[in-house]
Amino acid sequence: MSIRDQACVTGIGETKYTRETTRTQAELTFEAALAAIADAGLEPKDIDGVVPYVMGGVIAEDFITNFGLPDLRYSALTPMGGASSVAALQNAALAVAGGLANHVLITLGRGALSTGRITDRIGQMPQFRVVGEFEMPMGTVAPAQFYAPMARRHMELYGTTSEQLGEIAVTFRKHALLHDNAMMQKPMTLADHQASRMIADPLRLYDCCLESAGAAAVVISRADRARDLRQPPVYIGGVAEGHPDSPSTITQRPDICRIGLAKAAPKAFAMAGVTHQDIDVAEIYDCFTYIVLCQLEDMGFCAKGEGGAFVQGGRIALGGELPVNTHGGLLSQAHIAGMNHIVELTRQLRGQAGARQVANAEVGLVTGYGDLGDGSIAILHR
Amino acid sequence: MNAPNYDKPLPDITALTRPFWDGLREHRLVLQACARCHTVRHYPRPVCDRCYSMESVWVTGSGRGTLHSWTVNHHPFHFAFKRESPFITSTVDLAEGVRMQAPLRDADASQLELGMPVELVFEDMTPELTLPAFRLA
Ligand SMILES: [Zn+2]
Repeated sequence: MSIRDQACVTGIGETKYTRETTRTQAELTFEAALAAIADAGLEPKDIDGVVPYVMGGVIAEDFITNFGLPDLRYSALTPMGGASSVAALQNAALAVAGGLANHVLITLGRGALSTGRITDRIGQMPQFRVVGEFEMPMGTVAPAQFYAPMARRHMELYGTTSEQLGEIAVTFRKHALLHDNAMMQKPMTLADHQASRMIADPLRLYDCCLESAGAAAVVISRADRARDLRQPPVYIGGVAEGHPDSPSTITQRPDICRIGLAKAAPKAFAMAGVTHQDIDVAEIYDCFTYIVLCQLEDMGFCAKGEGGAFVQGGRIALGGELPVNTHGGLLSQAHIAGMNHIVELTRQLRGQAGARQVANAEVGLVTGYGDLGDGSIAILHR
Repeated sequence: MNAPNYDKPLPDITALTRPFWDGLREHRLVLQACARCHTVRHYPRPVCDRCYSMESVWVTGSGRGTLHSWTVNHHPFHFAFKRESPFITSTVDLAEGVRMQAPLRDADASQLELGMPVELVFEDMTPELTLPAFRLA
């Protein structure tokens, strides 16, 4: 049995994205979830499956309590860091295709003050224990420092330049300016990127994503239950997750420039029955500029080493061959760990993206990336 | 680990990994290897991913390797590394076929190239803790 087109995104919801908040992660999560349920034209009592964010501190029982869910019969977690949200699409699609649930709610919230900074959160994740023991004592303590050697090696092997990374940041900023729920509303030039301070060479400040507070949520419905809902259904054509060799440490990976998405992408394309030429818009997890470039290669949009050239010349900008991160991404919209990428792709495929709408967008993809290399991908279509 | 004046992150050492840290304190690179197929592995773990043996031995490494990648840490992220920032962190392919990350001392980042030979040095941080570092060989 294939799960191709068995499940649809039927509802999307977001809070306002901000740098700080006094609201709790739970409050933000419930606000986004209620918005997504209403967007689908459903009532909270219709939700019978929940896949909350594993780091969210909000569990399935919280939804029963707060939403009065009468019959929650499916719940799961997808502990893959920033790859969790898109991996949750696979999980929810399986649940509805298998008849275990009709409408599965996927949520992700972060209240900045209540949950600490990204660096603190990393220490809580069990898969980072080896990093904690063998790398942090010597000064490698934060994500930018983990990822910088991947980018450095890519540059040394393939001639990738800081300006090419900058093109990614500048493009996403341009897109964010078209979105009223994007944190960054100031234009950025390539010169601004090049002048931004070095964090972990070659990653500059503007190669790094934002720290944000806020929440986003989606509702996944069984296809036969989706057709008479409020919004046009967006079908999950193909979906997959992939884990890199040596999943918990980049250092130990045979090829540090190759990530789990390289394994997942061919499976998702095959399941959806589409090719790269069919993709009208892509929302790609962008914790760092380099990770976008790496994913474009590992998905097969270009050969390994050609990502730098690929992102140049406006190809990934609105109006280009492959518009990427039309909402501004984690770099310029907000860091909602990729759930905001799913929301944006759904808007694009519904034709509801306003000033940043990709004309005639029919097929798109969204990726997640997390835990130092886990990858997830979904190919959605209208 | 008792280190009252030491303010950097301490390794959370387990029974599985203790021989590595004991070795560093004796200024020896000690690496875990499979007792059955002799494959060296790092970081230490319970099972050999080649032959699935759960028996392991500890072997002394040469400390010689080549540069696989590096970064220059300008933003320290942890207050205790502020006084030495910017500092270089190297990812090194050891001669034993495993990889290891440690600071690269006394090097000019603009002169670095992939594959440069490096050697391990030992930095005594406290009476109980010795950390590895590399130098260009
Ligand atoms: Zn073995």
